[in-house]
Amino acid sequence: METMTKEKKETISPVTKHITGSEALLLSLIEEGVDVIFGYPGGAIMPVYDALYHYEEKIRHILVRHEQGAAHAAQGYARASGKVGVALVTSGPGATNLITGIADAMIDSTPLVCISGQVGAPLLGTDAFQETDVIGISMPVTKWNVQVTRAEDIPAAIAKAFYIARTGRPGPVLVDITKDAQFAKFDFSYTKCESIRSYVPVPKVDIEKVKEAAVIINNAKKPYALIGQGVILGGAEKELIAFLEKTGIPAAWTLLGASAMRTDHPLNMGMLGMHGNYGPNVKTNECDVLIAIGMRFDDRVTGDVKRYAKQAKIIHLEIDPAEIDKIVNTTVPVLGDTKESLALLSEFVNPGKHQAWVNEFKKCAEIEYEKVIQNDLYPEKEGLSMGEVIRRINEKTGCDAILVTDVGQHQMVAARYFKFNQTRSAITSGGLGTMGFGLPASIGAKIGAPEREVVCVCGDGGLQMTIQELGTIFQSEVAVKIVVLNNNFLGMVRQWQQLFFDKRYSSTPLINPDFIAIAKAYSIAGQKVSSRNDLDGAIETMINHKGPYMLEVKVEQEDNVFPMVAAGSSVSEIRLE
Amino acid sequence: MEQEYIITAFSENSIGLLNRITIIFTRRQVNIESLTVSQSSIQGVHKFTIVIKNTLEKVEKVTKQIEKLVEVLKAFYHTNDEIIQQELALYKVPTDALMKSNEIENLVRNSGARILEITPDYTVIEKTGYKTETQDLFLKLDAYGVTQFTRSGTVAVTKNPKELLTQYLKEIEKIK
Repeated sequence: METMTKEKKETISPVTKHITGSEALLLSLIEEGVDVIFGYPGGAIMPVYDALYHYEEKIRHILVRHEQGAAHAAQGYARASGKVGVALVTSGPGATNLITGIADAMIDSTPLVCISGQVGAPLLGTDAFQETDVIGISMPVTKWNVQVTRAEDIPAAIAKAFYIARTGRPGPVLVDITKDAQFAKFDFSYTKCESIRSYVPVPKVDIEKVKEAAVIINNAKKPYALIGQGVILGGAEKELIAFLEKTGIPAAWTLLGASAMRTDHPLNMGMLGMHGNYGPNVKTNECDVLIAIGMRFDDRVTGDVKRYAKQAKIIHLEIDPAEIDKIVNTTVPVLGDTKESLALLSEFVNPGKHQAWVNEFKKCAEIEYEKVIQNDLYPEKEGLSMGEVIRRINEKTGCDAILVTDVGQHQMVAARYFKFNQTRSAITSGGLGTMGFGLPASIGAKIGAPEREVVCVCGDGGLQMTIQELGTIFQSEVAVKIVVLNNNFLGMVRQWQQLFFDKRYSSTPLINPDFIAIAKAYSIAGQKVSSRNDLDGAIETMINHKGPYMLEVKVEQEDNVFPMVAAGSSVSEIRLE
Repeated sequence: MEQEYIITAFSENSIGLLNRITIIFTRRQVNIESLTVSQSSIQGVHKFTIVIKNTLEKVEKVTKQIEKLVEVLKAFYHTNDEIIQQELALYKVPTDALMKSNEIENLVRNSGARILEITPDYTVIEKTGYKTETQDLFLKLDAYGVTQFTRSGTVAVTKNPKELLTQYLKEIEKIK
């Protein structure tokens, strides 16, 4: 009995008399353990910013330069720390500028609580200044959203928002608060949300399904595991390794599953997908059992789904029932949190080894090394390759850094060659492919994991989509290391133009500014490198530099990323050149 | 193969949920044939009855997406033979036409319809039934000049002896 009462006391805070909705919002955030928010002030959120003035010691506010940056920074923070990222913006354009980041967080299952100011309740629906229907606009890209028009409803809305954002399959939520609700006073107390009747965040693991799956795995000759972000989100990294090591099953990972297992683990066969590794792609169509763990069979992973793993029995460990049979028909679905389902599955599978099968992957890796990797990492031509830059970053960081990328060729090269020693080390825009994600996300990542080195690898195109966030890095002194792989092209689009549009380079060449001069204008140190001899020293300087640093590397202009599963092709038709 | 399915979803009563549900259909280019939203037999729980013509695969996926919504308690899909469904239709005809002969009156009697209101100008007839039946009566009455016609969305109950949601709510209570 005593414990029950104690738990109750912990979840309900004492009453604070007669405070504004704005102050209540901040106290609610503090109750949820928030100590940093990313935001931008404006008319309809001014009462909250005014209250924040008195809470600066408890909540650090990172002033971004554009609200999209706030959303991406909150994403980077969430992905690096495992906590919920918080963004705070004003109504109208402030709220609409968040949408890209929210959509990105939705498709990549990132827990965010976005708080937007709204015009006063009496003005709703009158086309008031900076009024926009952000509830309507954000509906398709949020896990949940709510408009609050009364101060006394703020604590419950925030409690529900955090609960929904972080539980089950995580995702972004938006709380829109009218200005009058921010001003109004009431007696505040806080109760954490612990359940919602209509919401089942984690389905119960069906032990019969686990047993069925185990029988299939135990009878498999060529079992193959696909690792998705669900392993990281479920905190199931150890359970994954225990399962793989017990069964001897080789594994490959999706872009968002990167870093769920160490790069150098003997059962880590590499990356899946359009620009993934050779073996992981071709072996998908040769395995007899495919065990998908916390992944959703994105089309960039499956290629032509009609010719995807048709020979295999498919076991799908997944927290979201709507993902089961969405793309690929499952033989045995195992619903539940991967941490729980993997642990249970490990109990029922037989210890085993599949060395001959693992060796088949290794043969593929040798072929890929000879045809692609060697030239990427140790090029003999004069121009610098993106791959050799990443290789040197690995060498200088000891593979302990967090990699944040933007979107494009550099993203694929970085994902392929960056080496990971620990989990939550790869932060990238996977599902949405948002150019401009990298720089602001790296700010959030560094703040979410201040003890770790954060390397933001971006291209010359994507960097310029959110380059203003250099101002945030400068003002808030965020020590990220920015590596710009500059090929003076929108490289991935150019690659497609070369391969599929007869080299018609329509609007892909870029005439760029002096990036280092721009960094310098924000007092960010940096240098530009265009010869191989200078590269090692420059990367070392960057890593040893205390504050933020920008390294621009002029790379070969028309290099292509291979291997490649062209759109509409089967994974077994992966091209090595 | 495409056929008619009835999706029933039970939800909390919250602003915007209808929008969230229709977005699921819009995004997948699925047309809604009819949609009825009303309070269910359970206090505070609303029921959506949605009729669509599509493949089983699509219906299964859409139903899962509906159930995934935070404020949806449970969603089910049924084929026509698994449920008992009705629509309500209202027809307005000139009272003159009714008075001229007993033909309209016979139509009303034979089709199990009823007269709701008679004024000197117009008469309102009500009929509940399958869509084919309400449509059939419309075509017959229109020969006498239907001046207004409206039909409701489909409402349905399952052939299961109990409300599916009641069972579900009991189950979640047990777990707690």
